[in-house]
Amino acid sequence: MVPDHQVMSEDEVKTLLARYSITFEQLPKIYHDDAAVKQINGKVGDVIQIVRQSQTAGIAEAYRLVIRRPKK
Amino acid sequence: MPSPKRIGKIKFGLLSPKEIRTMSVRKIIWADTYDDDGFPYPQGLMDLALGVIDPGLRCKTCDQKAADCPGHFGHIELAKPVIHVGYTRLIRKLLRVTCRACGRLLLSPDEIQKVSITAEDEFGGDVLTEKDIKKERACPHCGELQLKVNFEKPTTFSEVLLEDGKKIEHKLTPADIRARLERIPDSDLRLLGINPDVARPEWTILTVLPVPPVTMRPSIILENGQRSEDDLTHKLVDIIRINQRFKENQDAGAPQLIIEDLWELLQYHVTTYLDNEVAGCPPARHRSGRPLKTLSQRLKGKDGRFRGSLSGKRVNFSARTVISPNPNLSVTEVGVPLSIAIEMTVPIRVTAHNIEEMRELVLRGPERKSLKVPCGANYVIRPDNRRLRLGGDNLETIAEQIEPGYTVERQLRDGDIVLFNRQPSLHRMSIMAHRIKVMDGKTFRLNPAVCPPYNADFDGDEMNLHVPQTEEARAEAAILIAVQENILSPRFGGPIIGGIHDHISGIFMLTHDLRWFTKSEILYLLKYFEFEHLPEPGKVEEDGTPFWSNKQVFSIILPTGLNMVFRASSCVNCDECKDEGCERDAFVRIIDGQLQTGTIDKKSIGAFDGAILNRIIRQYGMERASHFIDDMTRLSIRGIMIDGFSFGIDDEDLSRTEYGQIEDELSKAEDDVDRRIRIFQEGQLEPMPGRTPEETLEMQIMQVLGKARDRTGEIAGRHLGLGNSAVLMAVSGARGSMLNLTQMAGCIGQQSVRGERIMRGYEERTLPHYRRGDRGADAHGFIKHSYKGGLSPTEFFFHAIGGREGLVDTAVRTSQSGYLQRRLINALQDLKVEYDGTVRTTMGRIIQYQYGEDGTDPMKGAFGDPVDVKGIVESILKVEV
Repeated sequence: MVPDHQVMSEDEVKTLLARYSITFEQLPKIYHDDAAVKQINGKVGDVIQIVRQSQTAGIAEAYRLVIRRPKK
Repeated sequence: MPSPKRIGKIKFGLLSPKEIRTMSVRKIIWADTYDDDGFPYPQGLMDLALGVIDPGLRCKTCDQKAADCPGHFGHIELAKPVIHVGYTRLIRKLLRVTCRACGRLLLSPDEIQKVSITAEDEFGGDVLTEKDIKKERACPHCGELQLKVNFEKPTTFSEVLLEDGKKIEHKLTPADIRARLERIPDSDLRLLGINPDVARPEWTILTVLPVPPVTMRPSIILENGQRSEDDLTHKLVDIIRINQRFKENQDAGAPQLIIEDLWELLQYHVTTYLDNEVAGCPPARHRSGRPLKTLSQRLKGKDGRFRGSLSGKRVNFSARTVISPNPNLSVTEVGVPLSIAIEMTVPIRVTAHNIEEMRELVLRGPERKSLKVPCGANYVIRPDNRRLRLGGDNLETIAEQIEPGYTVERQLRDGDIVLFNRQPSLHRMSIMAHRIKVMDGKTFRLNPAVCPPYNADFDGDEMNLHVPQTEEARAEAAILIAVQENILSPRFGGPIIGGIHDHISGIFMLTHDLRWFTKSEILYLLKYFEFEHLPEPGKVEEDGTPFWSNKQVFSIILPTGLNMVFRASSCVNCDECKDEGCERDAFVRIIDGQLQTGTIDKKSIGAFDGAILNRIIRQYGMERASHFIDDMTRLSIRGIMIDGFSFGIDDEDLSRTEYGQIEDELSKAEDDVDRRIRIFQEGQLEPMPGRTPEETLEMQIMQVLGKARDRTGEIAGRHLGLGNSAVLMAVSGARGSMLNLTQMAGCIGQQSVRGERIMRGYEERTLPHYRRGDRGADAHGFIKHSYKGGLSPTEFFFHAIGGREGLVDTAVRTSQSGYLQRRLINALQDLKVEYDGTVRTTMGRIIQYQYGEDGTDPMKGAFGDPVDVKGIVESILKVEV
């Protein structure tokens, strides 16, 4: 049910950011206390690679930056 | 235009009394506006220093005229402080989290460490809330016992004292509150998420009130010469009056009771001045009884400053009128009344190449007496941007004058591209670009085939038309927004434009079974079509008269090389398909653009289905497809006119035998229901799994009666064949269904509320016409009559109940889906697919790494799939797959 989450290495993140020519801030976000992030021990500032089954594309990859969940 | 810049940061703060006084140009003390000569009172609400609105006068502050003076703020010194309604929530929070004596936060340093994780940025949103502070305790700093602070809408605060076990409420005046807020130290405020440099909490209690410039509350002069003041001015007058009286009473040493009353009155006026829709506060009203539109009301809601004036505006170069149909127009055209074509213009730059043409336009001027006269021009714009209105005697002189560099505003003429729109604009096909056709009459005319994307009909609908004013806009309209580019809907990847109603009935009548036409008949059908020669006649009689088949006629509008095999809507899905031998002629086979067998109906050419249209788009392109729609609409209308088509009350008549059968069927069903009720009452009914016996009985009754109704429909359908217009429309898919026919000729059936038989009404019965506890069919909304036969009074009442539910549902659904749509649009409107296939916001933030995860355009796909494999295989093998 839960798609595959992996913490990306620094190099991988660098190539990712270069591929889309974006900064950290332009990545989609995920909270640090997300169950899937806790499971793979992701820290704030990590980038998580998510590989999920897609209805349209078969397999789709997404990348998310771990951020701290704001209070409230 | 200056290049866009990124906003670094925005600071939100409160206006301090000091700031209010600094920005004020005048202290306002008089409630009056104008003296008897109509001249503003100095230090009155219309003081000349606050800006001017009357032409001719000059502003005392900036010495500019009405058009240039932006207006300047004044101020009112309030006799006593009052609470700003907009900040009552904040005030309540601050009163509850700080000490009533020393003003410190009710937390010890250790506790502060625990609850607030110091955020990286100064005001990161991680702030203390009321919940972080324990109730009923002493101040950790000074030991003062805290009291509970009660807040009563709109602006009353009170402390709760415990005296001899009794609770006593002690009111806090705004002055008390202000004193308490003043005591809160800056360092504690930062923990609460407040920046004390720009927002000291005591500034939420007003001691001085800014008076907005006259320019934002202009008075208007009525026809009778009387001045009518703006609502804001009225409210300010009230405030100043009460304030004056308050001051006088205070100076005279009036009793505390009077002072308190006046204070409350001042609070009321300031509150309603800021927001006239606060809960628990009667709105201030105009003399006529209309509630005043004060500051908050100017900003809030649909017609407020944000949604009404900034996000939405009225535009120029637009027209609106009623729409009506014209099947002879192309779907890409729109008929525009002459009166509108004369009024609206397109700017054309004069160049060396078109100067002669432009001269002619100018010479013709703005008058255009009839459709036959070519269009003229309304304005000429000189290179120095001066506008010259054409008309009267200046035509010749201006025509002489123009040279390259001038701009001529030419009237609309045939072929101009315009945007056409019908609200609500729920999807992109609600605005499409059409080519103009100038016509007589006063309505916009459009081909009925473009009704589905606009969701338009002709019962009085109005539509808007916009004329693009630049080359870029016209190019965009022609390439992206044109009707033929929007035949396919991105919603489901199929054609949304196509035949409706009479188009489908007509093409069905024309192509059903095999018919033969004489030369004059076929020429009548094809009179207005472009084709070089008639096909070879399909049949020649012995005497030499040639005949063409109806399938040949339809084939003329098909492109050559088209191969298709499919089943029409009239197909009933027999267990074993007889293919070409289908007795309903529902097996459509098109080989090389020739219709071999089958009937053309909704499945082939209808909006939302349009199998043939879909294939033409994929194989021959949008241009050919729009031609096909034009040809198809014209042919089908001619087709329906050969035989004529109508529906009358006697089309619902059945013969005596059918009525007898229906009667039998219904009485059998009623007996069955009664039998089941008896079984239930004897307690013999075997309940279904997970249901009570009552529920089981209800389900059985619904089922029995539903079947009975369907059988009456079958009886009626057997009698009324394809010769009946309603049957024809239902079978071809043009309009209505067999159920509608069943209800007209056979039996209306069970009326329901929330999917159940009608149970509400009196005690244990729906109406006093029935015995208590009657579970019979007729006692709970079964209508055994037909619409034609007529309903009994009780049946009529049940029918109204069932009908009302439908109406309520639609009303609720539209409002809910409208709000949902608004929120979705607000969230998604600026997203864009970039050249690298990512979906991003305007700031470049990624939303999707590939549009739709596979990067395909749903419009270019085939009903949801990226490629229409089945269709391609079929068109090559020429057999059904």
